Amino acid sequence: MSDDILISVRGLRTAFGRHVVHENLDLDIRRGEIMGLVGGSGTGKTVLLNSILGLKEPDGGDILFNGRRFSQMTALERLKVNSRWGVLFQNGALFTSLTVLENVMAPLREHIDMPPALMEEIAGMKIGLSGLAPDVGDRYPSELSGGMRKRVALARALALDPEILFLDEPTAGLDPIGAAAFDSLILELSQALGLTVLMITHDLDSLHAICDRVAVLADKRVAAVAPIEALLRNPHPWIQEYFHGPRGRAALAGKES
Amino acid sequence: MRGKPASSVTAAGVVLRADGAKTIVELHGDWTVETVGRMDATLRDVEESVAPGDIVIDLSDLGLIDTAGAYIIGRVTRRCSEPDGDFHFIGEHPTARRLIEEVRARTTICPAEDEAGYGFGPALARIGAGIEAVLREALDTFAFLGKTIMTGFRTLANPQRLRLTPTIWAMEEVGVNAMPIIAVLSFFIGAVVAYMGANLLQTLGFSVFTVELVGIAVLREFGVLITAIMLAGRSDSAFTAQIGSMKMQQEIDAMRVLGLDPFEALVLPRVIACVLMAPLLTFGAMIAGIFGGMIVAWSAQDISPTLFIARFHQELPWDHFLVGMSKAPVFGLVVAIIGCRQGMMVSGDVESLGRRVTASVVQSIFAVIVLEAMFAMMYLELGI
Repeated sequence: MSDDILISVRGLRTAFGRHVVHENLDLDIRRGEIMGLVGGSGTGKTVLLNSILGLKEPDGGDILFNGRRFSQMTALERLKVNSRWGVLFQNGALFTSLTVLENVMAPLREHIDMPPALMEEIAGMKIGLSGLAPDVGDRYPSELSGGMRKRVALARALALDPEILFLDEPTAGLDPIGAAAFDSLILELSQALGLTVLMITHDLDSLHAICDRVAVLADKRVAAVAPIEALLRNPHPWIQEYFHGPRGRAALAGKES
Repeated sequence: MRGKPASSVTAAGVVLRADGAKTIVELHGDWTVETVGRMDATLRDVEESVAPGDIVIDLSDLGLIDTAGAYIIGRVTRRCSEPDGDFHFIGEHPTARRLIEEVRARTTICPAEDEAGYGFGPALARIGAGIEAVLREALDTFAFLGKTIMTGFRTLANPQRLRLTPTIWAMEEVGVNAMPIIAVLSFFIGAVVAYMGANLLQTLGFSVFTVELVGIAVLREFGVLITAIMLAGRSDSAFTAQIGSMKMQQEIDAMRVLGLDPFEALVLPRVIACVLMAPLLTFGAMIAGIFGGMIVAWSAQDISPTLFIARFHQELPWDHFLVGMSKAPVFGLVVAIIGCRQGMMVSGDVESLGRRVTASVVQSIFAVIVLEAMFAMMYLELGI
């Protein structure tokens, strides 16, 4: 595998008051890979994501993008980097006052200078790309089901053709069929567009199906990063429990059959 | 796919070249979401003037390409009616063909039909829809009132079902906590009325009539009106927001499933609190208003407080006070009903919460003013 590292987290420390979430956390994300991020509830998966996204200032350590330190970037450079990222938040975080089409157009309108008609066409194309029917565009987020909302959020995350896509529990709350469809959609998009993907998930099937590597958050740091086959042999007790518990075995059996 | 980092963006362009019957579209530079906007018009011209079969796309000088670029290139050779028109490429590019085909496969480009939104007909339709909405709102509010009254009767028959703690809490929120602001407002209104009267009556030499002016204005109208408007602005919006956010979080649904009647648990305590506290607040507002008038009469016209109070007792019958007080519980009821109903009407999204809070304040102030006018006519006819 290439060692072309897109994002690297070095010595990250995050604390809320006296409660330390991350201590000396290191993580490297390679260009073009799909990385899964797992960890027990409360181990700070979303906090790590927020730190990488710049929504939370780290209390120590640094995050590098393409070899450049975030702490040394100006706010403008930071904004530019962020506009090359797509984020799918846990609950979609769609703007409720805008239609689906306007939601997807929002980043285009903000960052790109192009004729409005073309903007609408491109937003419509993204909606199609994320697996929705074109007539969804005129509806409001409150009129959509949970799965459709996730797809709209994905379309919005893809609006600016990001280099890297962050997904926070993309398949949580979806039925197994919808979740599998979403997984294959992400896999297909990442291959077609050459996306780098970091996804937080509890869905063992997703981990098996699409992740190139999986990072495990435990003991306030990344306890292991490896392809899932290697992780299965990792002696760390939490990892053993996670992948070899009843659900883990079921997912593994599903993959093998 | 990006073969190179985004910093090496080279100028994008398109060159058209005729080759026999074919039109060759040469693509230069990077075709990404940042750059394709400039090529839109040119490509649209090609799309309109050249038959899809005669278009050849030359990829040999193409730089980076992303889905926006792939879309706009793919669009040239597509027609809405024949989504899989012929495709012709020359030149090699590592990713472009795959990406263009991927995007083509997943999108349709039929333009959306425009909705009729302008003109005389739709304008009439909007007016009609607006009137229908107003009537429906009014009808629904009466239905809500009826349902609340029925819940009230049921509770009366079975008094231990009354939620005492929420009722007392609502009374504190609506009554005690609102008293200071209502008193201050009413004080100033009383003072203003006294000033207005003082100016006018002094020129006629009847400055002592300021007492009657302040008394009648504050007792009959302003005390209760200030109270009702403050209730509408303060408590009514709070009711809508409280109940509305509970509705958004599905708390109301949870109550129904658990066998709790939301009318009994949420609406009735607030309605009782408003109906009981409105007269008390009105009384406070009257005292403060008269006090304001008295201060002004004393300072601006040398009517001493002793004279003011003596004349007040002598000239003003109890009727004025009773007229004012009689309106208070009605206004309290109306404000509470509208606030609770709008809260119950909130649907899933944040937008509707904002809309409902606005509607609730507007409707309740509107209702208060209309009722005020009807009371005035009624008491005039009755001669009170």
